[in-house]
Amino acid sequence: MSPHLTVWRWHITMLTSILHRASGMALYGGALIAAGWAVSLASGPDVYACYMGLLGSILGKVVLFGLTLALFYHLANGVRHLIWDTGHGLDIKSANASAWAAIAFAIAATVAVWVLAAMTGAL
Amino acid sequence: MVELALPKNSRIQKGRHWPAPAGSGKTKTFKVYRYDPEGTQNPRWDTYEVDVAACGPMVLDVLIHIKNTMDPTLAFRRSCREGVCGSCAMNIGGRNTLACTHGWEEVPGRECAISPLPHMPVVKDLVPDLTLFYAQYASVEPWLHTETPEPQKEWIQSPQDREKLDGLYECILCACCTTSCPSYWWNGEKYLGPAALLHAYRWLIDSRDEATGERLDDLEDPFKLYRCHTIMNCAQVCPKGLNPAKAIAEVKKMLVDRVV
Repeated sequence: MSPHLTVWRWHITMLTSILHRASGMALYGGALIAAGWAVSLASGPDVYACYMGLLGSILGKVVLFGLTLALFYHLANGVRHLIWDTGHGLDIKSANASAWAAIAFAIAATVAVWVLAAMTGAL
Repeated sequence: MVELALPKNSRIQKGRHWPAPAGSGKTKTFKVYRYDPEGTQNPRWDTYEVDVAACGPMVLDVLIHIKNTMDPTLAFRRSCREGVCGSCAMNIGGRNTLACTHGWEEVPGRECAISPLPHMPVVKDLVPDLTLFYAQYASVEPWLHTETPEPQKEWIQSPQDREKLDGLYECILCACCTTSCPSYWWNGEKYLGPAALLHAYRWLIDSRDEATGERLDDLEDPFKLYRCHTIMNCAQVCPKGLNPAKAIAEVKKMLVDRVV
């Protein structure tokens, strides 16, 4: 079999496609964390405090930051897919531009949310 | 099935180095995939220091130069040398393209890697086995299907309807798009791939064709059509500037339109 991934020089649209799948899978984990939060809330103040302590730790914050990024990226790229489903934006120029736009939006929105969180003292 | 690594017998080893012949002018290094089906050895990368000053401008010129002056055992397909036949499709500098229309100066980096079309069985060196690719093309029945009695002269079509075939009929079936598609790499046995689907669409929107319903029925399958995830590699690499991703999106739209 001839070589494939190891020789391929990636296009930006190939990267956004695999990131869409990766961020989607990360969000499955995120949904579990959110569900765990609801369960801890229902399990009384001690469990809740423990869970919040976990989320507030350095590792917890890193995971939450990653999930914010995954959420905004998946959202932006999902909108790209919706537009594509109408048959628009499929020429290479538009697809490349919207790929960069999705990545830029995800980074900007994530930074904005975390700056806002820091300003309101939520961190 | 997603298998990121190559099978054991396909892993590429370091091969032979061919230095530039004495008296060469400007040279460039070409790393070429070699596989001998008659031996028992794995494929290898041979590197050739080519006297590009003595070559034409295209990658195909370099390959012919290597075969003529350095290593006559190198195998590759070529015919028209002007981007019409699609024979010399291969992976050059990490992208699928036609060797005859791709200049070696366009390839970034000091070394230019040349390998067969990706994720395909290899017949020898740069020659892939396209049997499945052609079978998938045949499966979309790429000819006019009609019910009405044949007209006295030809089947006529308005200029507007004819225009709908632009960007589709130009396909030369070089397989650059299909073998660029990661979905096809992982599900090539069941997913038809960009080229066959572009042709499916070419017959679906032909105003003279009378089998639109049957054609759509045939494509309504979890794998044949819907493994397209709009990765867009097909459109990015098409040496004729066509857009299979767009054609596939149009087929998906037709399938939605007929149920809503």
